[in-house]
Amino acid sequence: MTGFNLRGAYAIYVRELMRAMRTAFQSILAPVLTTSLYFIVFGAAIGGRMQAVDGVNYAAFIVPGLLLLTLLSESTSNASFGIYMPRFTGTIYELLSAPVGVAETLLGFVGAAATKSLILAAIILLTATFFVDYRIEHPILAIGYIMLVASAFSLFGFILGIWADNFEKLGIFPMLILMPLTFLGGTFYSIDMLPEPWSTIALFNPIVYLVNGLRWTFYGSSDVNIWVSFGLTISFLAICIAIIGFIFRTGYRLRT
Amino acid sequence: MQEPILEISGLTKVYDGGFKALDGVDLQIRKGEIFALLGPNGAGKTTLIGAVCGLVRPTSGTIRAFGLDLASDWRGARARIGLVPQELATDMFEPVGRAVKFSRGLFGKSPDPARVEEILRSLSLWDKRDEQIRKLSGGMKRRVLIAKALAHDPDLLFLDEPTAGVDVELRRDMWRQISILREQGVTVILTTHYIDEAEVMADRVGIIRNGKLLMVDDKDAMMARLGRTEAHINLAAPLTKLPASVSAFPVTIADDGMELVYRGGDGTGRGKRDVADLTKALSAAGIDYIGIDIRESTLEDIFVDLVGESA
Repeated sequence: MTGFNLRGAYAIYVRELMRAMRTAFQSILAPVLTTSLYFIVFGAAIGGRMQAVDGVNYAAFIVPGLLLLTLLSESTSNASFGIYMPRFTGTIYELLSAPVGVAETLLGFVGAAATKSLILAAIILLTATFFVDYRIEHPILAIGYIMLVASAFSLFGFILGIWADNFEKLGIFPMLILMPLTFLGGTFYSIDMLPEPWSTIALFNPIVYLVNGLRWTFYGSSDVNIWVSFGLTISFLAICIAIIGFIFRTGYRLRT
Repeated sequence: MQEPILEISGLTKVYDGGFKALDGVDLQIRKGEIFALLGPNGAGKTTLIGAVCGLVRPTSGTIRAFGLDLASDWRGARARIGLVPQELATDMFEPVGRAVKFSRGLFGKSPDPARVEEILRSLSLWDKRDEQIRKLSGGMKRRVLIAKALAHDPDLLFLDEPTAGVDVELRRDMWRQISILREQGVTVILTTHYIDEAEVMADRVGIIRNGKLLMVDDKDAMMARLGRTEAHINLAAPLTKLPASVSAFPVTIADDGMELVYRGGDGTGRGKRDVADLTKALSAAGIDYIGIDIRESTLEDIFVDLVGESA
C-alpha cells in the first residue's frame, strides 16, 4: 500500500458513527431537547411579545442562531472526544501503527463528527417546524454553509482533543469561550439592536459572522457582509487543516 | 543468513526530558523467526517496538522493514506489521467481532468475514464475537488484542509482554498460538520478563539494558557459549588434596573438604558428561561420595549474569 488508505478512513468513519449510536441519547436527543426548550422559551413564550427583526418574526429570526449554537458545540465536542478518548484510554496505538495519515484520520474522525452535526441540524430544523414558522430562502447555500461550519468546528474540535491533556481542558474551551461568544454573537438578536460601543465591539466577535452568514441563507438579510462571513469561515477551516497538518508532521501530543 | 525482514541501524531515542531510551541500536530480524527481546524494566524494549510501529519518533537512526524505509514508505511497511500492546487498550464497549473487523479495515484490507471468523475461532473467541469486550476476562481481552493485530494478516508481529499478568494455563495457550503463527510464516518479535518464555519460544534472543543491545545471538548458541553445569558432590570423608586424575576437571574443594564443586560444560550437555566422567575418576581414585546435586544453568542465569555485569 502506497497511496491513500480509503478503507482505513472508512473504518474510522463507520466506527465513530457507531460510537455515536451507542450514546444516541446523549449525542442526539439531549441537544434536540435543549434546542426545543430554547424554541419554547425564546420563540413561543417571549417571541410573541418581541418586535420583528429585519422584517422577520422574532421566533423565526432566532432559528439560524440556535441551529448554529448547537452545530458549534456539538461539532467541537464530538470531534474532540473522538480523538481525546483513544489518547486517554491508550487505544490510539492502533491508529498510530496503522497505514493511515492525516488525510485518512481527518476524513474518518472529522467526517464522522461533521456527519453527526448534519444529522443533528436536520433533526433540529425538523423540530423547529413544530414551534416556529420559518423559511429558508437559499436552501442549497444553507446546506453548504451548515456543512462548512460543521466541518470547520469538527476540525477545531479535533485540534482541541489533541491539545487537551485532561478532561477539564477538553471542556473549558467550549464552555468558557465558545458558548459565551455564541450567545453574544447575535444568536438571539441583531447586533444593530445593541447600543454603541457594543455594536462595534460585537464586530470583533467571529461568531457574529457565522450567525449572520447562516441567517442570510435563511432570510436574505445580514448585519455584516456575507462574503466576509463565508471568507472567515473558509479561512478558519484552512487554518485548522494547516494546524492539524503540523500536528501530524511533528507528532505533537500523538507520538512520543 | 536468511533474508532480513527488519533492519534497524543506529536507532537512538532521547525523550524530551533528556532520557536516552535507545542508544545506537543495531538489529536485524530474519524472516520467519521468533525473536525474544529481554531486558529489565525501563531497558528500552517498548520504545524499540514503538519506534518500529510508529508510536515513537526516533531521534536518529534508520528502520527498514521488508526493504522499505519506515521514514518514507511507512504506509507500505505498516500495512504488513501487527502490534499487540502491553496494556489492554481497546474500546471496551465495542463487540469483539466488530473490533476485529475494524482493525482489518484500518489497515486497508478488504472485508473478509470468513478470515475474521477463522482468526476468532483460532483464538477461541468465535462464541464471544457479539460480546462487549469489557465483559470478557483479562485473558480473553488479551486474545482480542491478538486477534485485532492479526486481522490484517501481518508478516511481522510485535508482541509486547504478551503474557504479563496472565495465568500459567493462558501462558501455555499463548505459546501455542505463537508457535502456530511461526508455522504460518509470521515473523514474531516478543518482549518478555519471563526468561523461560524466551527459552521455550525463541529462535534468537536479544538482551537490552539501558537502551543498548548487550547481545544478540541464536538461543542455542548463547546457551552453548554462556551455559554452565554446576555439580555439588558430597564426599563420605573429607578431602584435603585433589588426586591427579580428578584435578584435570574444573573442580574445587568446598565445605571443609566435604564437598567437590564442578563448574564447567557449555550448556549443550557436555557438563553432564564431564560430571559422569568425574564420578568414575573419583571411584577409581577410591574417593567415596554420598550424594550428587547437578544443575544446568538456564537462560535466566545467563541473562542475570549479563545484565549484572553491565550494571
